[in-house]
Amino acid sequence: MKLVYFAWVRERVGRTDEQVELPDGIETVADLVRWLKGRGEEYDYAFENEGIVRAAIDHVHVKPEARIAGAREIAFFPPMTGG
Amino acid sequence: MAATIRIQSDPFDTATETAALSGGRADIGAVVAFTGLCRDEGGRLAALELEHYPGMAEAEIGRIAAQAQERWPLMGLTIIHRFGKIRPAEEIVLVLTASAHRQAAFEAAEFLMDYLKTHAPFWKREHLKDGTIGAWVEAKDADDRATERWSSSPAWRRLRTG
Repeated sequence: MKLVYFAWVRERVGRTDEQVELPDGIETVADLVRWLKGRGEEYDYAFENEGIVRAAIDHVHVKPEARIAGAREIAFFPPMTGG
Repeated sequence: MAATIRIQSDPFDTATETAALSGGRADIGAVVAFTGLCRDEGGRLAALELEHYPGMAEAEIGRIAAQAQERWPLMGLTIIHRFGKIRPAEEIVLVLTASAHRQAAFEAAEFLMDYLKTHAPFWKREHLKDGTIGAWVEAKDADDRATERWSSSPAWRRLRTG
């Protein structure tokens, strides 16, 4: 599964994207965030404020409870500031 | 009606885009144009840098455009959003809506901008006049509230029709 990061989430994680092999039991976006936070302090920093970082699965906005089975690309980013 | 949606780093020309949307059509009675510009924030900013999520930006704006077309009888729709470094007084975003009568074009343009600001995957960062890179622009609660009013359609309708 490919993970991609944008704006200050990308800066805090220290990379634009990565391929990950998920262990069993990671079923939702919230599970994935919890697993990422355990991987190192850069992830802990990026996701420190619960509920701030947004997610998208295959280019569609999703909530933390969304299931990730079958996802090709999951993105994490701050609240949007375009327009 | 197919919407024109472009994500680009190059500047755009509102008059050219308006002519392309409505040129030669006798059935359109109203075109509303909204242009979002880069402010210098009281002389502080040298530029805004816009990062975007290629692929999702096009997809999400397409979904927002489709919602607008379902809600209002639009006869033309153009959305252009720039990315990259944009200097004060330059344009960032263009929304053009065309309809037979003005109300649909006005309302759809406002709906589109509210959703673009809160749902289109773009992020602004400040570049300051002293040459340093400033902060990422923070999302505003007011933008979220402006977007939420469209989901409570009956109340919004009552508000508009008095």
